[in-house]
Amino acid sequence: MNTNIQPQKLHSKNIGDFIFKNLTLFFAIFILIIIVLMVYEMYSSSAVSREKFGLSFLTQSVWDPVQEEYGALPFIYGTLVSSFLALLIALPLSIGIAIFLSEIAPRWLEKPLSFFIELLAGIPSIVYGLWGFFVMVPWLRENVQPFLIENFGNIPLFTGAPYGVGMLAAGIILSIMILPIISSISRDVLKTVPRAQKEAALALGSTRWQATKIALSYSRSGIIGAIILGLGRAFGETMAVTMVIGNRPTISASLLEPAYTMASVIANEFTEATSEMYLSALIEIALVLFVIALIINSFARLLVWSVTKHSDVQGKM
Amino acid sequence: MESKNYKIISENVNAYFGKIHALKNISLSIPTKSVVAIIGPSGCGKSTFLRSLNRMHEMTPNSKITGKILVDNINIYDIDAVLLRKKVGMIFQKPNPFPTMSIFDNVAAGLRMNGMKNKKKLTEIVEKSLQQAALWDEVKDSLSKSGVSLSGGQQQRLCIARTLAVNPEVILMDEPASALDPISTAKIEELIYELKKDYTIAIVTHNMQQAARVSDYTAFFYMGELIEYDITNNIFTMPKKKQTEDYITGRFG
Repeated sequence: MNTNIQPQKLHSKNIGDFIFKNLTLFFAIFILIIIVLMVYEMYSSSAVSREKFGLSFLTQSVWDPVQEEYGALPFIYGTLVSSFLALLIALPLSIGIAIFLSEIAPRWLEKPLSFFIELLAGIPSIVYGLWGFFVMVPWLRENVQPFLIENFGNIPLFTGAPYGVGMLAAGIILSIMILPIISSISRDVLKTVPRAQKEAALALGSTRWQATKIALSYSRSGIIGAIILGLGRAFGETMAVTMVIGNRPTISASLLEPAYTMASVIANEFTEATSEMYLSALIEIALVLFVIALIINSFARLLVWSVTKHSDVQGKM
Repeated sequence: MESKNYKIISENVNAYFGKIHALKNISLSIPTKSVVAIIGPSGCGKSTFLRSLNRMHEMTPNSKITGKILVDNINIYDIDAVLLRKKVGMIFQKPNPFPTMSIFDNVAAGLRMNGMKNKKKLTEIVEKSLQQAALWDEVKDSLSKSGVSLSGGQQQRLCIARTLAVNPEVILMDEPASALDPISTAKIEELIYELKKDYTIAIVTHNMQQAARVSDYTAFFYMGELIEYDITNNIFTMPKKKQTEDYITGRFG
């Protein structure tokens, strides 16, 4: 009989499994180690700046390397406003695209369209920046902004001179860049809505739009996830924004004025940061960007959780 | 019977899915305020026929229907599918309440889609519909709870209440109890018996005892054809066709 072989076999298998288990565990922990190391590094390297400015770093709007005065508020403002402006433009478009692709488009049209949208996501951001600077910015300067100033100039949002570059340009270029991710994820989420849900609505005498609203409501947590991913991309986007936002650390209510983002100031100034304080301040900006991204992501988790906790969307069906 | 007593008249209905010929020359008429059971083995076209009656087959790509289907002597292709489906409601095989809505909102969903905003009237109709669906006593204290928090049988009765709320005249049921336990099934069957007084009902079922219990007339489908259609008692006691007899005695299917 095999009785004397089996225990040995089992034993050797156990060692393999033991190694396998711990190896994968190590890989998983590795991610955690990288994050912890990065945070630690950013935290310790920004010590000089943190000790000198404290919390006023977040509330001061003077950024003057000559006088060694550093305040990050204009950059925080620029990142947040340009990203939310991008979301404002991209969200309705993306949801519209997602609805068309998942509910309305015939299959022969859906496939190539989806392909082009994913292609849009693959274009390097420097290409967007180049196009933005040489095509979109002149167009904004010569056509759009004069029109806005003339007709809506009494609203603070549209006061000032038509520079072309500025918050509006950054918002538009970012909206194009986050459009593919929001629309393709929303499309995938909408496609997972069970047919029974749409049929239930249709059988009640709903129109196609009403049935789509039911589908949107069914997939709302997934769509929130898509929005957050898009927002995350907008926060961190550097190159294209740097090329069109104007790079001036000011806070202005007008979308036509130049602005500056956290990612842009790091990209523009890291080679010039010769003094210890200067470098430390730039690293502290990186830390702030990291923390804001973390807060937005946690907030998104919370939102998804609060939306789904009352209704077991995926289960029981 | 005269034609005015038929709620639904179908003549020479053929259905195709791409190249598949799913229904072959079906002529079957459903008398007003009666229950017609449609039985037959899987893939015989019974669900396809049911779904053609409220044009739900249009959800399936490449589907095509020829022939004539009349509801109240009006060709269903001459009216808007949205209007037709308000008149011809449907209950599905698996309970499909809207998971993001409360019990109340589920029942009110169809009314709200029709533009009803009057809160008092909505409350009135929701209560009446839940009572008709024999669910009111079980949920009256938890109307704001999620529709999917109910048991499977309760969910199906919730779906029935949701359908009744839009005040249809015909209710199509596609194996409404096949996903339910025996007690819930019995409740649904009792409910069908009650609803018959006010509604015309067509029910597809795999369960022959169920067909015998709830229906006035039974149609036997086989391979896309209507083999036999008669008073339920006749089908189960003295079927005229050999295929019907073989099926109901369990020799195939």
